[in-house]
Amino acid sequence: MDTTPHPAPPDDRGRLAALLRLWPFTRPYRGLVALTFTAALLATLTQLAVPLLTAAVVDGPIAAGDRSGLLPLLALALLFGVAEAALFFLRRWAMNRSSLRIERDLRDALYQRLQRLPVAFHDRWGSGQLLSRATTDISTVRRFVGFAAVFLAVNLITCVVVLVLLLVTYWPLGLAVLVTTVPLTFLGLRWERRYNIQSRQVQDQQGELTTDVEEAVQGIRVVKALGRSGLVFDRYDAKATVLRRMQLERVRTLALLWCIFELHPQVTLAVILVGGAVAVNTGALTVGGLVGFVALFTVLLWPILSLGFLFAFAQETASACDRIGELLDEPVTVTDRPGVRSAAIGTPARLRLEGVGFAYPGSADPVLSGIDLDVAPGETVALVGATGSGKTTLTALVGRLYDVTAGRVTLDGVDVRDLPLAQLRSVVSTAFEDATLFSMSVRENVTLGRTDATDAEVDEALRVAQAEFVHDLPWGLATRIGEQGLSLSGGQRQRLALARAVLGRPSVLILDDPLSALDVHTEALVEQALRKVLAETTALVVAHRPSTVLLADRVALLSGGRITAIGRHSDLLAEVPEYRDLLAQDSELADAGFAEVAS
Amino acid sequence: MSQPADRGAPPAPSPDTAHNWRGVATEDTEELSVGAGVFLRDRSRRLLGELLSPHRRALWGLLSVITGQNIAWLAGPFLIGVGIDVAVPALIDGDAGPLAWVTGAMLAAAAVDTVLRFVFLSWSGRIGQAVLLRLRRRVFTHVQRLPLSFHERYTSGKTISRLTSDVEAIEELFDEGLDNLVTAVFSVLTIGVVLVVLDPPLGVVALLGFPALFWVARWFQRNSTAAYRRTRQTIAALIVQFTETFGGIRAVQAFRREPRNDELYAVLNEDNRQAHDRAFWLIAVFIPAVTLIGNLVTVAVLGYGALRVMDGALAVGTLVSFLLYLRRFFDPLQDVAMFYNSYQSATAALEKLSGVLEEVPTVPEPTDPVPLPEARGELVFDGMRFGYTDRVVLPLLDLHVPAGQTVALVGATGAGKSTLARLAARFYDPTTGAVRLDGVPLTLLSDADLRRAVVMVTQESFLFSGTVADNIAFGRPGAGRAEIEAAARAIGAHEFIAALPAGYDTDVSKRGGRLSAGQRQLVSFARAFLADPAVLILDEATSSLDVPSERLVQHALQTLLADRTALIIAHRLSTVEIADRALVMADGLIVEDGSPAELVAGTGRFADLHRAWADSLV
Ligand SMILES: Nc1ncnc2c1ncn2[C@@H]1O[C@H](COP(=O)(O)OP(=O)(O)OP(=O)(O)O)[C@@H](O)[C@H]1O
Ligand SMILES: Nc1ncnc2c1ncn2[C@@H]1O[C@H](COP(=O)(O)OP(=O)(O)OP(=O)(O)O)[C@@H](O)[C@H]1O
Ligand SMILES: [Mg+2]
Ligand SMILES: [Mg+2]
Repeated sequence: MDTTPHPAPPDDRGRLAALLRLWPFTRPYRGLVALTFTAALLATLTQLAVPLLTAAVVDGPIAAGDRSGLLPLLALALLFGVAEAALFFLRRWAMNRSSLRIERDLRDALYQRLQRLPVAFHDRWGSGQLLSRATTDISTVRRFVGFAAVFLAVNLITCVVVLVLLLVTYWPLGLAVLVTTVPLTFLGLRWERRYNIQSRQVQDQQGELTTDVEEAVQGIRVVKALGRSGLVFDRYDAKATVLRRMQLERVRTLALLWCIFELHPQVTLAVILVGGAVAVNTGALTVGGLVGFVALFTVLLWPILSLGFLFAFAQETASACDRIGELLDEPVTVTDRPGVRSAAIGTPARLRLEGVGFAYPGSADPVLSGIDLDVAPGETVALVGATGSGKTTLTALVGRLYDVTAGRVTLDGVDVRDLPLAQLRSVVSTAFEDATLFSMSVRENVTLGRTDATDAEVDEALRVAQAEFVHDLPWGLATRIGEQGLSLSGGQRQRLALARAVLGRPSVLILDDPLSALDVHTEALVEQALRKVLAETTALVVAHRPSTVLLADRVALLSGGRITAIGRHSDLLAEVPEYRDLLAQDSELADAGFAEVAS
Repeated sequence: MSQPADRGAPPAPSPDTAHNWRGVATEDTEELSVGAGVFLRDRSRRLLGELLSPHRRALWGLLSVITGQNIAWLAGPFLIGVGIDVAVPALIDGDAGPLAWVTGAMLAAAAVDTVLRFVFLSWSGRIGQAVLLRLRRRVFTHVQRLPLSFHERYTSGKTISRLTSDVEAIEELFDEGLDNLVTAVFSVLTIGVVLVVLDPPLGVVALLGFPALFWVARWFQRNSTAAYRRTRQTIAALIVQFTETFGGIRAVQAFRREPRNDELYAVLNEDNRQAHDRAFWLIAVFIPAVTLIGNLVTVAVLGYGALRVMDGALAVGTLVSFLLYLRRFFDPLQDVAMFYNSYQSATAALEKLSGVLEEVPTVPEPTDPVPLPEARGELVFDGMRFGYTDRVVLPLLDLHVPAGQTVALVGATGAGKSTLARLAARFYDPTTGAVRLDGVPLTLLSDADLRRAVVMVTQESFLFSGTVADNIAFGRPGAGRAEIEAAARAIGAHEFIAALPAGYDTDVSKRGGRLSAGQRQLVSFARAFLADPAVLILDEATSSLDVPSERLVQHALQTLLADRTALIIAHRLSTVEIADRALVMADGLIVEDGSPAELVAGTGRFADLHRAWADSLV
């Protein structure tokens, strides 16, 4: 049930490139990042002061028994100590400012991008994967930017500086220290690569788990209705167990890495002792010199120790960046063509489909082909077809939720792809077959994209849809309706969705089976009110029932991906057997008292 | 820990810039009452204790490993000191023996340190992961057991954030925190002892820093509790907005909601940033303060130590080791500070999680269920009253459905039909009165018995990602392909499924998006068909089907329902034809009851409805 594609982690060169993707996001905060870095570097350098001063105290005042010489050195040490703390604060302050803002910007950017990716993309991607990228991965990036990146640089610099100081203090011993870093680097790199693959696996699995949680929660009604919590739990558990296994493998690699970096400085210290003792013996080094050398080296303990962890973190961030980058790189295929300008679209508009064909991405068989349909301004055409014949698909092409794969759709003669999306979607309005409501106030749900709608307009739309029940809700239009509108009855949801569609008198109105959840009386009332709206707008109405069909001036029969018949309802009923089969509600089950249906 | 500061937790996020777009709902007040700091802390600590308790022994084991490792690690500076004080002079005197010994000991210590470190890290990782898995399982199961009323109030986004970002906050604690804490606390303690032993006067000077440290830590703890609590709220708000947007992306795009969503999300995101900024600011003060204290102590030790060396009361080597130890004393203190940070963040997450775990399953399974292995299907609603909120939806309902009867339920939208159905399937419990199956109140049936006997096809046909076959098999796990196909065939779904690119193995994508609305309904129907219950409840299960498909389904129903109790809710009266009995509901009451033919012949609402319906036909 792996719903989303997982590309394999790229090679090492790709790692750096992945991290560099972040570069543009740091632009507004480069000053702060530089400040962070400088403060961190200076803080580290001040740390060097203490061992150097210790050596100075040992070799100077102590050796000379000079009490008065002690004071200036101590004052210096005090100064450096305070400076270090101040620099720490500065670093953290600057780091918080920049990293949290970078995180915020990245998250905004990702959200904005995802909202604009075509519906086809969202069909393909499990939302859990999207969510885990927008939360976990972006937080990983923040922690890297705010912490690891700076320290990676600072610690590397510290290592180099200290190594140079060590070389200056006593070069043969310094050289020995340098040589010990060779096997460290070699081993480190090996484990890093493994770690990188493992952390990507973990991140992907976390996404899968999120998807599972989401489905289990959103599908809770079905789970309960069928009493399948056990099954759902088993699924989740299996994935969680896999996640644990992956995490353990990752932790193991991390532990190995950590150990190598922990072992190294201690072994080196032994080397220093032996070398130092020999040097003192031969008179090449003073005892104070050796003490200073050791003290200097201990400054390296933490930088070296942390390098392993920091490199691992960099790897983790690189894969997080990859995962985020995958989304940011997705082409926005349904978008404005360069240089589009809004055109005058009348209300009502003329809607034409010319030789339209459509196949869902990744599927070879077209759902629709060679569709020609001309809807005159103000006309209402009903779309009739068997379950799965492509009615919903066809309606989605008008508002460019998908782009046609052949032919074109025009409004007043303008190809919809030559209109700015914003304009197109403001003139085309749709009531979907499922209501698609959000846990917001009723008013916000009805106005959705038209937040400037007046109260009068909203009331009018609610009246047309017979959705005045909302006034009886506890807080009227300000009442929050539950997620997906589930605190409303089925018919109430559908009427709200209808109100949303008719709000503001769109030029083209698309109603996808808009009355399926209504009882006969309410249906009649809605139809009556809707007729007036339909008279002033061009409309496509998907219909399964004769009553809905009667709203239309003409009917198009969709079959096998083509429009096989088009005409008035009564004519089709008389002439097209397939149409009759689809709509004639005569029932062989009816007893005498029931339905004396026209046939 | 019940400072007023905690009580005055910042108000729930109110991102309404201009409008109150979220709307008003009763649960808002509950959200605000998160103020009982002590209670929350205790509750989350209790949860942490419970999670860790099965690992008590392992934790002791870990402690001994870390002890060993620390001893090995601490041997380093000591040996260096010995080396400088003893081995170097010996070497100058021509005796290389001590140097060899000291070096050998250093290498051995390093080896022991490394091995134990590895053991510690992988072992503590294992414990951490075991705890997380247990937590995940526990929260997940609990959430599944909670009633629909909880889910409606809590929203899926928040539940998701509990099971993802909150669990991850705890994971971080285990990942980095625990390791840091144990190591650091241990090194601080041992080094503290070593310092005092090495040279008591210097040790006392070093320990003078303690009161200051304590004071700073207390300040941090007081302020950070509220700060971290808030971060958990803001991140959850982000997740809610995120899941809703992409759950309804078609509507979002079709209605050009994107710019407005951008705005709203940006506000929530900025809220989240500010919440984190506040928490991080506290650390930004806390950690440098620890460093400052450490540095001041170091200077004091250096000065005092130097004087003592000059007085001949202290060896140079001892002073050097002392300073080295001091460094190792204060470095881990920063780790403790970092641990404290992840701990606060994890506690805030634990608070939220324990809140979910504390939610009472108000529709609980009985502790002592009445067994009902083979239900006949007699359904009785007895003086039942119900409302989702204070508003009563079903004022008083008495209804007796004998076993095997097919009952059609019709009525205006919002009349309470689905509500009645949900009560029959025990999605909710009635406020007063009871629902009985074969004379046993539903509240006394075990979940397994109840769900085997009563199955409902809901108005929303939710499919899970996975194949078509998986989804149908959801009705009866373990059903073979032949049974799945038979179920699909029976209701006329086989043709379209067979025509899909991979037939029954076609992936339906998220929420069944790969299928058309009618196809989704057929699949959920097949799912219920396969479940084969004694009582079948159909809530507008054929509303999106075309007429011929609906007819096929009805055929199937006629055979299927022959010996079964059924409750069929439908607006199209064609569906009602197969019923033995029809009920008309209005405003939560059953206003007409009789056989369809009788009612049609009468002058009541049903006759009215029927006439209107007949007129609506061609
Ligand atoms: N995202 C998708 N990817 C691939 N195929 C799809 C997708 N969505 C729908 N289909 C297929 O395209 C066909 C047409 O689907 P569509 O939703 O347009 O049908 P419909 O006519 O609206 O049916 P209904 O009356 O049931 O709503 C169906 O066979 C369906 O399986
Ligand atoms: N989860 C809920 N929380 C609060 N109120 C609810 C909830 N579900 C339904 N209601 C309210 O209870 C009343 C009855 O709803 P119900 O869903 O039972 O109606 P229905 O008869 O099934 O209508 P329809 O034919 O439109 O599906 C409605 O006013 C509805 O707003
Ligand atoms: Mg459809
Ligand atoms: Mg209903």
